Amino acid sequence: MAIFVDQNTKVIVQGLTGGQGRYHGLRNRDYGTQVVGGVTPGKGGQDVEGIPVFNSVAEAVAATGADASFIAVPPKAASAAILEAAAAGIRFVVCITEGIPAQDEALVYNTLLRRYPNTRLLGPNCPGIISPGKCNIGITAGEIAALPSESGPNVGIVSRSGTLTYQALYELKQRGIGVSTCVGIGGDPVPGTNFIDCLREFQADPETHAMILIGEIGGSAEEEAAEFITSNVTKPMSAYIAGVTAPAGKKMGHAGAIVSGGKGTAKGKMDALAGAGVRIGLNPTEAGDLMAEIVAAL
Amino acid sequence: MDLFEYQGKQYFARYDIPVSPGGVADTVDEAVVQADGAGYPVVIKAQVQVGGRGKAGGIKLANNAEEAREHAGKILGMDIKGHVVKRVWVENASDIAEEYYASFTLDRSAKKHLLMLSKEGGVEIEAVAETNPDAILLRHVDPVDGITREWAHQAAVDAKFPQQAIVGVADILVKLYRCYTEGDCDLAEINPLILKPTGEIHALDAKVSLDNNAAFRHPEWDEYRATEELDEREQLAREKDLQYIGLDGSVGIIANGAGLAMSTLDVVNQVGGAAANFLDIGGGANADVMAAALEVINYDKNVKSIFVNIFGGITRGEEVAKGIVEALNRVKLRAPIVIRLDGTNADEGRQILTSAGIPASVLRSMPTMLEAARAAVAIANGNGN
Repeated sequence: MAIFVDQNTKVIVQGLTGGQGRYHGLRNRDYGTQVVGGVTPGKGGQDVEGIPVFNSVAEAVAATGADASFIAVPPKAASAAILEAAAAGIRFVVCITEGIPAQDEALVYNTLLRRYPNTRLLGPNCPGIISPGKCNIGITAGEIAALPSESGPNVGIVSRSGTLTYQALYELKQRGIGVSTCVGIGGDPVPGTNFIDCLREFQADPETHAMILIGEIGGSAEEEAAEFITSNVTKPMSAYIAGVTAPAGKKMGHAGAIVSGGKGTAKGKMDALAGAGVRIGLNPTEAGDLMAEIVAAL
Repeated sequence: MDLFEYQGKQYFARYDIPVSPGGVADTVDEAVVQADGAGYPVVIKAQVQVGGRGKAGGIKLANNAEEAREHAGKILGMDIKGHVVKRVWVENASDIAEEYYASFTLDRSAKKHLLMLSKEGGVEIEAVAETNPDAILLRHVDPVDGITREWAHQAAVDAKFPQQAIVGVADILVKLYRCYTEGDCDLAEINPLILKPTGEIHALDAKVSLDNNAAFRHPEWDEYRATEELDEREQLAREKDLQYIGLDGSVGIIANGAGLAMSTLDVVNQVGGAAANFLDIGGGANADVMAAALEVINYDKNVKSIFVNIFGGITRGEEVAKGIVEALNRVKLRAPIVIRLDGTNADEGRQILTSAGIPASVLRSMPTMLEAARAAVAIANGNGN
């Protein structure tokens, strides 16, 4: 088991003929992911190293039976690409595109909610998702993810930051701890999938025994996750929040990462999570150490 | 990007939101010309992006050219909380019957737009929220639906606006929402929104924050960028298209990804150092970007060591390494580099750095983030060898 994606997931890449789409799409296939097609309007009939390219998502789905999509197109085209995938019946959409206007994100999120409730969007501006040994969609380097062990215990990872997601994977791999699924939800103001969506799945997944949450300053997603954990999560967790030293009023790269009006501070988030019984590391390595202790006690 | 008041008003005017006639001035003579044009009495307002300028003496009423000259002379060059006034906005003074508040922003938690509307305007809305929260109407807008005139009318009624203001306020709300959405604002706020004795509704101030991600569809934003208040380091970074924020410490930071960059700041702090900056080279950074980042860091005289912290995803290790080698050929760095390189093609990257034959006094490689932070901080604190 894993959450959201596994060995049966069939993936198409929207933007497969572009630089990023090609590079990461092929890497995903090399990892073992079932990359069954690509979509680039006007390039239908071509192929990228044996992966057939279609003119539309609908055509690709009809021909391949794909149920997931990996979107690697520029910001201007991303909203339309997400909605096209949803309209074609894609169940799981991963959008790595960085720099989508917040107005577009809000509109796409609410359109999905109302018109395509069966489509889950991961991202935008996220590294993607990996269920080690089964499926890797996005830009994560597959070799840094430890395979889950059949006997367990295995850890689920959910993270708001791209590179810190890799860091978390790496910390677990160094300690020989297996990973069930690692989800990078992205740092934008309106993520399609949030911490709670992932924690709910991890809590229900028999192959996941503990979770790591990687948050950052800005917004209230971590505080909301803490509330959810208090009443719904029984599996042990550790967490790390980036941005303890970030000055107020400065956007730290991510559109979402800003401390304003005393809200969204790292300390507030750490306190909320600690209050929910989550063990807090002061840096990613410490969060890994805490997880090693948690796993050893299982 | 935050706009100055005068830019916010110009932006409002694009969406037909009524603002006072007026103009900007950088000199006393220009201010008098603008005042003559706007019609006396005029208000002369310091253009700074900091609150409390009225209390600091940055807003003055002038009844004639002589007074306009005197006030403009005092306000231009004035220091308001560390912001030197380089420009004033001069506008015709409005008669005010009542002061209201209206804004649209994104409620990230609800993932919908949020209208905040109050008939208690003219003061900090945070203060109203604290002392009299019931005086603020909060209403979500689903971006799929947008708002209608009827919806706006109802909001004004529900916020208990007086009868004579409701039609005018509703009209402004429709226009403000259009400005907020089509204009790609993170925040569009009018405080105060005034009712004149004559019954007209009018924006007396403008607070507009634009979403930088939408710049590609707003060529008109270029002029705002030119007036943004950045320090020299930030200006240089902007020219090179890097996400840079200047700080006060001595460890220069380069990382890929906002989260890792923030985490790098934290770890440097935990081991007893202080970061000189936040610099995210982003995903997919190539050798050019890496070289540009080193140049920006090198411009900062406080930097005693440079911590390059890379975990490759989109960013490839060999590109990072090439950038460092290239930068070392291009510029003489003022401080040694400590690098931690992991992730995509990290081995290839480390190989490139090794075979380039760079001396350890210029660059050293550390296996983990924590060890690299310790090494960088040790150098910055003067005990690196």
